[in-house]
Amino acid sequence: MSVVIPGSALPADTPDPITPRNLSYRGGEANPSVDAMRAQFGATIGRHDVMWGETTVWIDATKVREVVLWLRDDPGQQYDYLVDVTAVEHRDPALPLEMVWHVRSLPYRRFLRLKSALPPDAALEVPSIEPVYKAANWLEREVYDMFGIRFAGHSDLRRILLWDSYAEGFPLRKDFPLRGRFSRSEQLSQALLANPDAKYSMEELSVADAFHELPADMRARLLRDQGGS
Amino acid sequence: MATTTRTVEVELATQTLGANGRLQRVPLTADPSGAVMPIDLAPGAEPDLGSERMLINIGPQHPATHGVLRLVLELDGETVIRCVPHIGYLHCGFEKIGEYRQYNQIIPWTDREDYLNSMGNNIAYALGCERLFGIEITPRCTVLRVIAMELSRIISHLVWLGTTAVDMGAFTPFLWTFQERESVYNLFESWVGARLTTSASRIGGMAADLPEGWVDGLKAFLRSLPKTLDETDRMLTRNGIWVGRTVGLGVMSSSEAINYGLSGPLLRASGVAYDVRKDFPYLDYDTYDWDIAVGSKGDVYDRYLVRLEEMRQSIRIIEQAIERLPDGPLNVDDPRVILPPKSKATSEMESMIHHFKLVMEGPRPPAGECYVPTESPKGEKGYYMVSDGTSKPVRWRIRPPAFVNLSAIARMAEGHLLSDVIAINASIDIVMGEIDR
Repeated sequence: MSVVIPGSALPADTPDPITPRNLSYRGGEANPSVDAMRAQFGATIGRHDVMWGETTVWIDATKVREVVLWLRDDPGQQYDYLVDVTAVEHRDPALPLEMVWHVRSLPYRRFLRLKSALPPDAALEVPSIEPVYKAANWLEREVYDMFGIRFAGHSDLRRILLWDSYAEGFPLRKDFPLRGRFSRSEQLSQALLANPDAKYSMEELSVADAFHELPADMRARLLRDQGGS
Repeated sequence: MATTTRTVEVELATQTLGANGRLQRVPLTADPSGAVMPIDLAPGAEPDLGSERMLINIGPQHPATHGVLRLVLELDGETVIRCVPHIGYLHCGFEKIGEYRQYNQIIPWTDREDYLNSMGNNIAYALGCERLFGIEITPRCTVLRVIAMELSRIISHLVWLGTTAVDMGAFTPFLWTFQERESVYNLFESWVGARLTTSASRIGGMAADLPEGWVDGLKAFLRSLPKTLDETDRMLTRNGIWVGRTVGLGVMSSSEAINYGLSGPLLRASGVAYDVRKDFPYLDYDTYDWDIAVGSKGDVYDRYLVRLEEMRQSIRIIEQAIERLPDGPLNVDDPRVILPPKSKATSEMESMIHHFKLVMEGPRPPAGECYVPTESPKGEKGYYMVSDGTSKPVRWRIRPPAFVNLSAIARMAEGHLLSDVIAINASIDIVMGEIDR
């Protein structure tokens, strides 16, 4: 296995990166990928801004998979590393919910932030980029868990940090109170009334009880195996 | 004394996969020349030994899961067919709570996510805030932070080494590494007063400067640590049991590791020489002379070697940092974020008002956002900060390296034996506090 060296696509005389200093609040040199994205996708790419040396590009959320696929595979971009998928909801209710993708090109040592504003009146759904980056699997599940944004085409979109039957909503939304939906006493009585055996029984180990927790393709395979052999 | 020999005739057999993919036993025979070959079986002559798949839980309360991780494994015999991780048992809503806290009040929460690297988290968070505020920290603070971050890396790797060795049945390295870890915690305690939950950083500086004689204690530690590393190296690196239980397990190719978003020692063990300290430097890491440890196979053994070498490189960095540690102020001279001296706050009206406003209202960054990646012992840890100009962040997002690394465990574990899952899980170096947040 040969060693993959970041910065390999840069010219040989490129100096080693140094610690950035005295970054300006706004303005500065934008990531060169922005112009290439505009040339490739046209109106899908919205405005861009540079803040503290980082470039943010606003894109059409419905086209995100095409955009990141091109960013990953185009030899002039090679954004092969997905850093993070997250979302931001502002305190100002007039501002829309934002999806944020952080991608990085190891061969070019570039960092790019893709953002999309989700329209407030439509269903919160964006295409999953899991087919492009496997790293998106859990990151998108977490965004779904915390914000309620659904990802079309995700292989296994379930809650990840909270439990499947969690019914109080999506905690990182601004309309979600810090202490949860219910009062402390209500939370306590709900916890006491819940049947702990239903969650932690030894029967959970059996196929029948844990079956619904398994991914869809595994369920299909298990069913097939039962019918065959 | 008479000895007897006894001959036991055993039916020769081998295992093979049947038409339905199940393991089958095929009797063997030997011809007069000694060549062994299977006896052709009539269909149905040998019973199909394929049995029901078994589902077992590892965790959430199991010492070898290094926290409250639950793995649901589907087994065929002892082979893992499918691994479904369940996380969230430690979820505390750090990011939600942070939206209701001032910037400096979030620092104690950063201790409690990756609690083996609390200093490193404190500083990574402060770096994120400082970019959001547009602050350049002082030279002394920069060097002190490098020392703190590398010490954190060393203790995190030491804990990893000790606990992973215990997972594989070697108890002694655990005692050695935890003894060394203890001396780092003693150093932390004398510096900031806390051992595990340090809360050492502040926006624009550190909570405290070094006490008298601290650097001598650090030098003593740097003299004793290489001996421990060499002992552990001699004990494990060419140890037949260790090698047998780690080589060839959980292999990730370099392109696969990048696509899965792995970072830190896992990514480097897969042959990707990516280290945030080199490629997106912070705290002047570009001015230190040190090397990246890179593996070639991407298996559990390479991850061990990479972490072992990283501790040695951390020692190199700390030695250079001690050499260049400058005198001068620790905190920036910026009244937006740094409290006035206590003596002034109790004697001068302006300082008292300043102190009151900073404590009660908190520092306010300009509206904006930034993402500052750092190299934590687990991988790329970054804080994505979004501000709307008030004293509390709109969004405080932790990019958790162990979370992304753990998401690849199904890919790494499937096809291996049940006992190897323990080794693979250990090699990821998870801290559930960071994964569940």
